[in-house]
Amino acid sequence: MKDLSVQDRPLLQVAGLTKYYGSRIGCEGVGFDLWPGEVMGIVGESGSGKTTLLNCLAGHLAPDEGRVLFDLDGVPTDTVTMSEPARRKLGRTDWAFVHQHAADGLRMNVSAGGNVGERLMAVGARHYGNIRESAQDWITRVEIPADRIDDRPTAFSGGMRQRLQIARNLVTGPRLVFMDEPTGGLDVSVQARLLDLLRGLVREMGLSAIIVTHDLAVVRLLADRLMVMKDGHVVETGLTDQVLDDPQHAYTQLLVSSVLQV
Amino acid sequence: MSGGREQAMIRIDNLSKTFTLHNQGSTVIPVMANAAFSVAPGECVALTGESGAGKSTLMRMIYGNYLAAGGSIRIGDTDIVTATPREILRLRRHTLGYVSQFLRVVPRVPTLDVVAEPLLATGTPAGAARAAAEALLARLNIPERLWSLSPTTFSGGEQQRVNIARGFAYAYPALLLDEPTASLDAQNRETVLRLIEEAKARGAAIVGIFHDEAARSRLCDREVDVTAFRPDRAA
Repeated sequence: MKDLSVQDRPLLQVAGLTKYYGSRIGCEGVGFDLWPGEVMGIVGESGSGKTTLLNCLAGHLAPDEGRVLFDLDGVPTDTVTMSEPARRKLGRTDWAFVHQHAADGLRMNVSAGGNVGERLMAVGARHYGNIRESAQDWITRVEIPADRIDDRPTAFSGGMRQRLQIARNLVTGPRLVFMDEPTGGLDVSVQARLLDLLRGLVREMGLSAIIVTHDLAVVRLLADRLMVMKDGHVVETGLTDQVLDDPQHAYTQLLVSSVLQV
Repeated sequence: MSGGREQAMIRIDNLSKTFTLHNQGSTVIPVMANAAFSVAPGECVALTGESGAGKSTLMRMIYGNYLAAGGSIRIGDTDIVTATPREILRLRRHTLGYVSQFLRVVPRVPTLDVVAEPLLATGTPAGAARAAAEALLARLNIPERLWSLSPTTFSGGEQQRVNIARGFAYAYPALLLDEPTASLDAQNRETVLRLIEEAKARGAAIVGIFHDEAARSRLCDREVDVTAFRPDRAA
């Protein structure tokens, strides 16, 4: 378990984050704090700016304005203005990014074990035996049969590829994980399995996560807090169950009432 | 009727609630005004009033699931109405439990883990948490062969009992119970009533909705008729 006393400052502090595409708004004036161990969901329809926001937060896109302060050894450090090598290092160590399409986050012509081991080598691991052992351990943790470790992800199902991507990302023990539609395009039964896995990992590793999705059922089960976006702006924030059960903004009410019940 | 307001665990003052339906002509529906009552440690208060009077709405507001329009809901030192999400999450983890009528869980998670989760979340070691969960499930007559399965496929009564086991696993100082004895047979009903009595005895402040009148009179020290909090009454 995490020690509650040491986490009384935000892991991430975002203020005034803005990205324009020419005259069009990608996202504008977004601000929030994320605390250690917290999972925040960002929902909104296609084109609402949620993926732009995620990419600005994760350093994949340069925002036009705003700050993204990440707690580095107790010092809130602006990741927008830090040097490119420093940001890339963060992306290999404290941060992880799970893409919607596993192929974007994996090397498809490298074995499953190699995919996981590669990220360890990127942070300096050199001992083959240890790397192989860690890779094996993580491949089992994400419920990929151990005898598939030498297979390439091209031979994996969609759900297995997604779990492999998660193993590759988490093997280096990040503190913050960005996820872009992590369950998108998967069968419902496979989604449930992935949700269960993600929840367990968040709990065990004390991870913080920011999850972009259009699936309200996913955020209800995974996210502590919710941010609703429309046209590049945050229109509502709050506790996940409160926003979903008692939405205040017209757009959130529309979003919640549009979900088909099963 | 508001005895013990000084050392109340739950204290509600001047609470109001409106729903604004933006997509239905921005209709504003006031549903509650001037709600006030308090619950002392070890006390059980029943919310009464006919169906639609606002019992569940009030319960959801106390849990922070519905936003209040005004007033205050103090649970210990925290005012739910003005608390940040982070403060409410912490309160729900350590102080305020809620047994709803419906079980909502991640599919595939074994029943034993579902019940042990509130203990794990508050730092109980895994072994002790599982042992406590096992004891509760056994007490509530959930057959051991079901413990390793997800409760999503269980019958309504079994799900309700898993929900109760989960709600009573951790000793919350404040507890909200929405129809805890609904859809239970006589034996399990008795077990649940005893669990509630034990929670009272250890000092939990309890707010409950009980359509089961015998249960209500056995458990509850006072009744609060929420009809009195209707906006047209309060005006």
